[in-house]
Amino acid sequence: MATTTQEAAGHAADAANAMLPGTDAHGSAVGMPQLVFETFPNQIFWLLVTLVVIYFVLSRIALPRIGGVLADRAGKISNDIATAEELKLKAKEAEASYLRALADAKAEAGRIIAAARAEIQADLDAATARADAEIAAKTAESEVRINEIRAGALEAVNVVARDTAAEIVAAFGARADAGAIEAAVAARVKG
Amino acid sequence: MATEEAAGGLAFHPMDQFLVRPLFGGTEIHWYTPTNVTLWMGLTVLAIVFVLVIGSRGRAIVPSRMQSVAELTFGMVHKMLEDITGKDGLKYFPYVMTLFCFIVFANFLGLLPTAFATTSHIAVTAVLAVMVFLGVTILGFVKNGAHFLGLFWVSSAPLALRPVLAVIEIISYFVRPVSHSIRLAGNVMAGHAVIKVFAGFAALAAIAPVSILAITAMYGLEVLVALIQAYVFTILTCVYLKDALHPGH
Repeated sequence: MATTTQEAAGHAADAANAMLPGTDAHGSAVGMPQLVFETFPNQIFWLLVTLVVIYFVLSRIALPRIGGVLADRAGKISNDIATAEELKLKAKEAEASYLRALADAKAEAGRIIAAARAEIQADLDAATARADAEIAAKTAESEVRINEIRAGALEAVNVVARDTAAEIVAAFGARADAGAIEAAVAARVKG
Repeated sequence: MATEEAAGGLAFHPMDQFLVRPLFGGTEIHWYTPTNVTLWMGLTVLAIVFVLVIGSRGRAIVPSRMQSVAELTFGMVHKMLEDITGKDGLKYFPYVMTLFCFIVFANFLGLLPTAFATTSHIAVTAVLAVMVFLGVTILGFVKNGAHFLGLFWVSSAPLALRPVLAVIEIISYFVRPVSHSIRLAGNVMAGHAVIKVFAGFAALAAIAPVSILAITAMYGLEVLVALIQAYVFTILTCVYLKDALHPGH
């Protein structure tokens, strides 16, 4: 290293103008380039220029724009949430009114069914009554006929009995008086 | 260096990457000379403009990818500042954002192969840190007057201890810009130098695979460091700002 330094110093003597600050004759860094103070004004100057440019670009253009976008988005999201809440309320209302309508309709249907049932019952009752009356009338008529037939039968029995009695008396060879036979048959039939 | 080269055939120049060189030839570096510092800081500005200005151009409610990156950066720094300093610190958001953006973009650009890492230079980070230090100190006195000195007078400690604590607090206060700047420059410089050393070993075929693996691993670590150091620098700025706005423990 000592020889290198001497060599570098020797080169430095004749080539001082051609060397970068902080380098040896081979163009390599000597020590830390960070500590070559000749470069400080240059770095600081360009750093300040850079910072000022960045500051103005950010504060004038980028940050207001991005901040605006973020605020817009937050506003839009809260708006959308509010709208969603509103729609949810509306949906609940609609559901409630639907349920109400359904209950109303059910009640109405029940009423209509009861009315129809009552009407049908009335019709049925009337028809039943009419049928009963008809049946009663028919029964009465039938009874009259039966009585007639029964009376007719009695008459016929009297006639047959008288005729039969007269024939039987004739068969025994006696002569019977028509009045006596009739009296006797009448007595027997009553008997 | 020359002897090492002659002995092993290995060329280690880990610090050459940090040399400040004029862009257009010559060896004189005046304060106005366009150098590689100028180039890479200019690229940093362009990168910031690209992500934060062009990326947010759409102003979309549903953001594009680039706009998401811009919004995440904005949101992270904004939240950090608000959480630490409270609402009244938000006035200084553009400044804090400037620091964060510059450091994070310069760090990442510095990680490109053959790039020049502007944040590896103590001159750069020291200016950043001193600006924060001076800004915060002046702001503290303007906002709170002499009450700002209460920062050094720990009123919750026993009375006998307070002078001792005051000395410690004052020392720690003045060490802040030093640690603030050296932390960033040191991390970036060390990582880059280590990568370069591993790269030097890659010249030997036998070691090359190990060396390349090591470079890959270091590079991954450096990506983390690039972000974390920017984050740390910014969060410390916020903490110092909080001390200026609300002195007293």
